[in-house]
Amino acid sequence: MENGKLYLYPVWVRLWHWTNAILILILIVTGISMQYSDPQYPIIRFDYAVNTHNVAGIILTLSYILFLVGNLVTPNGRQYLFRLKGYFKNVSRQFLYYSFGMFRGQKPPFPVTEDNKFNPLQRFSYVVIMYISVPVVVITGWMLLYPEFLLHDIFGNRSIHFMDLVHVVLAFIISLFLVIHVYFCTIGSNPMSNFKSMFNGYHEPH
Amino acid sequence: MSRRKLPVFLLVLAIVCSQALTGLLQAQDEPEERVYENIEENQQCFKCHGHTYYFYYNDFLDREVKDRMNPYFVLDSAEFYVSNHWNFICTDCHSYEYKNFPHPGELRFEPLPVCIDCHGGDETFARFNFEGIEEEFHKSVHSTKHSDDFTCWMCHNPHSYKINARTNENMQEFITYDNEICLSCHANVSKYRLLTTHDNPNVLTTHSWLPNQGLHFKNVRCIECHAEINDNILVAHNVQPKEKAVKLCVECHSKNSRLLASLYKLQFTDEYSVAGFANAEMLEESYIIGANRNVYLNRLSILFFGFALMFVLAHALLRIIIKRA
Repeated sequence: MENGKLYLYPVWVRLWHWTNAILILILIVTGISMQYSDPQYPIIRFDYAVNTHNVAGIILTLSYILFLVGNLVTPNGRQYLFRLKGYFKNVSRQFLYYSFGMFRGQKPPFPVTEDNKFNPLQRFSYVVIMYISVPVVVITGWMLLYPEFLLHDIFGNRSIHFMDLVHVVLAFIISLFLVIHVYFCTIGSNPMSNFKSMFNGYHEPH
Repeated sequence: MSRRKLPVFLLVLAIVCSQALTGLLQAQDEPEERVYENIEENQQCFKCHGHTYYFYYNDFLDREVKDRMNPYFVLDSAEFYVSNHWNFICTDCHSYEYKNFPHPGELRFEPLPVCIDCHGGDETFARFNFEGIEEEFHKSVHSTKHSDDFTCWMCHNPHSYKINARTNENMQEFITYDNEICLSCHANVSKYRLLTTHDNPNVLTTHSWLPNQGLHFKNVRCIECHAEINDNILVAHNVQPKEKAVKLCVECHSKNSRLLASLYKLQFTDEYSVAGFANAEMLEESYIIGANRNVYLNRLSILFFGFALMFVLAHALLRIIIKRA
């Protein structure tokens, strides 16, 4: 702890986080551009969008492997673990705090500590995104990158659009998460404090 | 069943179901029964022209001679009897004098009919608009850049050609068949050089700019990008100069995909699938990014994003109001 600030985000987490954020943004923009491609209103030229999406997807895979390995070999991985029993009661408490409590001046029900840097709602959403959505998006992305090897041979032609549907739905959930994540990051000791934390590693308590 | 085994069971079930469905669809593709009435008569020609060697009695030598057949005149009878002209007698198109052997030398100069000679001006074939095809062909680089030697037969071998696009339900098969027609010259130096002195460019090199090249070659015909679409004929015949070939991805990868007026012309219904995918017929064969967007997913995504943004705005507004108060 330094001047009441908690050191929560080690260098590798910060580097991974910003790499991941940039890649996800690139993938969302290029993905939307491909999905809604139109000769009259191109967001990004289709071939540029495809190539950029492919390259960003490959780098995201590497970045995701870094995330997994980092969480396996450092204490950071423990932040994502939780017991299911009674957990949703805690999620509800946190949800009620965001919906009503914080407007009534109540204290956060789960203050940030070194061992508990995520509140239950955060932890649950991060697990859904990082341990379910992102890996499935990465796997389906690779399948769509090489459909002739991975899809045709096993499931036949019609599997491509099913796989694309899974890829697009989860990508949409990740985009939705991104909007809410960025907004909730403004809930800190001041609207920019959480963003600063992800640069300098120190969390400023409320 | 244990929870651990359930995903494996579902995966196996999915594979079995997809294979069973494929088998069922194949079983429905029974070819119509044909009565071959001219086999015996045509056999007179095929007994020599169906082989790389032929036999004849040489009066000068007073014995039977085995001789090599000109490879360009060797025909595959099996291919012929599954082609469009399967019920033809050879002499329907070739001179009766070919029935004599040795064939008279002047027959070499016999002008051969082209498609329009039989198919033109005939009510039976009116819906295929052979006149329109002829007109489009004469506008194409195949006609304008070459001599009159470039006839229909250059692409449509009368002894083996069979209609695919409107009869073969297996799209992969007819795409391969149609592309092989183009490649029979564009990937074959000796045939290419029959008509031009130019070097035959390597198709793989000239298309190196194309992302997922193999996938495109397998799933679309060359004419999709290289021929001008004409709504009055079923298959585009106006092959364009290379500079005018489609290079803009969105011409196909968009909701109003160019493929709807070409490759999927016969199947195009302008309908969404039950699951809400645009251009439903395309999904039977492949998935085209941009062309097969899902209408339900689009609406849901707008709805959810709308809710999320409204929540964020309302929450932020409340925070500002309470902070000021």
